[in-house]
Amino acid sequence: MNRLSPFNVVSLTLGFVFLYVPMLILVIYSFNASKLVTVWAGFSTKWYGELLSNDAFLDAAWVTLRVAVISSTIATVLGTMAAYVLVRGGRFFGRTLFSGMIYAPLVMPEVITGLSLLLLFIGVGLDRGVLTIVLAHTTFSMCFVSVVVSSRLVTFDRSLEEAALDLGASALQAFRLVTLPIIAPAVISGWLLAFTLSLDDLVIASFTSGPSATTLPMKIWSSVRLGVSPEINALSTILIGLVTIGVIAASIGSKHAALRAKRDEQAAARAQ
Amino acid sequence: MRRAVLIAVPYVWLLALFLIPFAVVFKISLSDIALAIPPYTPTAKDGIWAMLSQLDFENFVFLTEDDLYWKAYLSSLQIAFISTVLTLLVGYPMAYAMARAPEQWRATLLMLVILPFWTSFLIRVYAWVGILSGEGFLNQFLLWIGIIDAPLTILNTNTAVYIGIVYTYLPFMILPIYSALDRLDGSLIEAAEDLGCSRLKAFWLVTIPLSRNGIIAGCFLVFIPALGEFVIPSLLGGSGTLMIGKVLFEEFFSNRDWPVASAVAVILLLILIIPIVLFQRNEQRQAEAEQ
Repeated sequence: MNRLSPFNVVSLTLGFVFLYVPMLILVIYSFNASKLVTVWAGFSTKWYGELLSNDAFLDAAWVTLRVAVISSTIATVLGTMAAYVLVRGGRFFGRTLFSGMIYAPLVMPEVITGLSLLLLFIGVGLDRGVLTIVLAHTTFSMCFVSVVVSSRLVTFDRSLEEAALDLGASALQAFRLVTLPIIAPAVISGWLLAFTLSLDDLVIASFTSGPSATTLPMKIWSSVRLGVSPEINALSTILIGLVTIGVIAASIGSKHAALRAKRDEQAAARAQ
Repeated sequence: MRRAVLIAVPYVWLLALFLIPFAVVFKISLSDIALAIPPYTPTAKDGIWAMLSQLDFENFVFLTEDDLYWKAYLSSLQIAFISTVLTLLVGYPMAYAMARAPEQWRATLLMLVILPFWTSFLIRVYAWVGILSGEGFLNQFLLWIGIIDAPLTILNTNTAVYIGIVYTYLPFMILPIYSALDRLDGSLIEAAEDLGCSRLKAFWLVTIPLSRNGIIAGCFLVFIPALGEFVIPSLLGGSGTLMIGKVLFEEFFSNRDWPVASAVAVILLLILIIPIVLFQRNEQRQAEAEQ
């Protein structure tokens, strides 16, 4: 089907213009000298300077980073376990409930997840702060990790694991030496997904954080409610830049890995 | 033994931090507001039986009496529905063109669709504030090319909310449709054309039905989160934009009426159960079809 009609070309072009122009405008106007975000008054990087000397933003960024690293790491461990149980666990009591609890948070409105966790934390008397945000983020992102990892586990050739077990490996050794290296790309992308979800979350963090912990999205939220600000444009540009670099690096990395795997395969075929 | 631990750890975590919280919400939705901490009564300290006997459906009765809530639920359904249709109209042609693009472009096109998804949701919504405002870029552009004489009011209306939802959820629509179209066997369309179908008719009779699962999955992935959306209506919508996520947030943080906020959440959950179950059935059917 490699025939792009003019209609195809137009819909792709307009679609990508729609997706990218808003972000492009944001990036361009973060270098605007004027405080008025819609009037261009010459190139300047002063908003970046102001952003970096704003302690409230830096504190919030630090809280966000800590929460994201801790919660995505725990979520990756729990999510991988959950995926393994779902794909390989066979039948056990309450399996349907378990898979329901894995899939439901993916589509649950954030206001409900946030509200219910807050009411739980109040109910058990847990002080709200970094810990409660970490618990909340771990809970919803482990479900995303589990979906990503289980989609890899489903396509995984089980006889490799069985061969390791036949050759005398313990179940744990078989997992560590055979299964984990094969599902590693999915585990890593699960971690990245959990990390970005945590960095990005506003609603659940607003419900579950206390006065001692303000995350970056909460800080951004309180200032964008008052309208467009050049400092937020500068911050957005930094975040967009980091994500773009990350995604491009990851896609180049996976392309190299795929090429290497293909070369290895060909070498193995020749050796036979 | 080891298997039991493997199952128990994620299981208990989800029970404690996903399922039990819903039970708490349900219980509080049956409680009364109190001037204390926590701001509702009764609590478990009053003894389990005393607590159970004091619970009632008063908050739910209140929700039916005040038409703000009905209007908010209905208008959320309407906004989510219209936005889903608009997202489909924008997303399908893109997914279709991507599936027809030369093989070597597809990975790049796919990455271009996924990249915004990794970028902060809040920032992507915020980008539209500067575009849609009275002296924003859209109005400046339209005035400059001479389509309009006076700036349009778009920000703080439902139109801005539609634009915001279509913009932020577009990747969720494109990806499942693309993956359905990508698997589609091109010879089926050639066969339809050989048998005398026009291209449009072949598209309508072959391509659309065969990408049905992708369309359904994409629509649910947009509709379900859009229904409870809070950030988009708060930032782009106006005072007239009623969406239940926003009502719940304000009920909780501004009015501090926790029991009513909980009752609002319980009803939203009941409304959502239908599309969620339909969505899971669709996914299951697709998974079975692949095996």
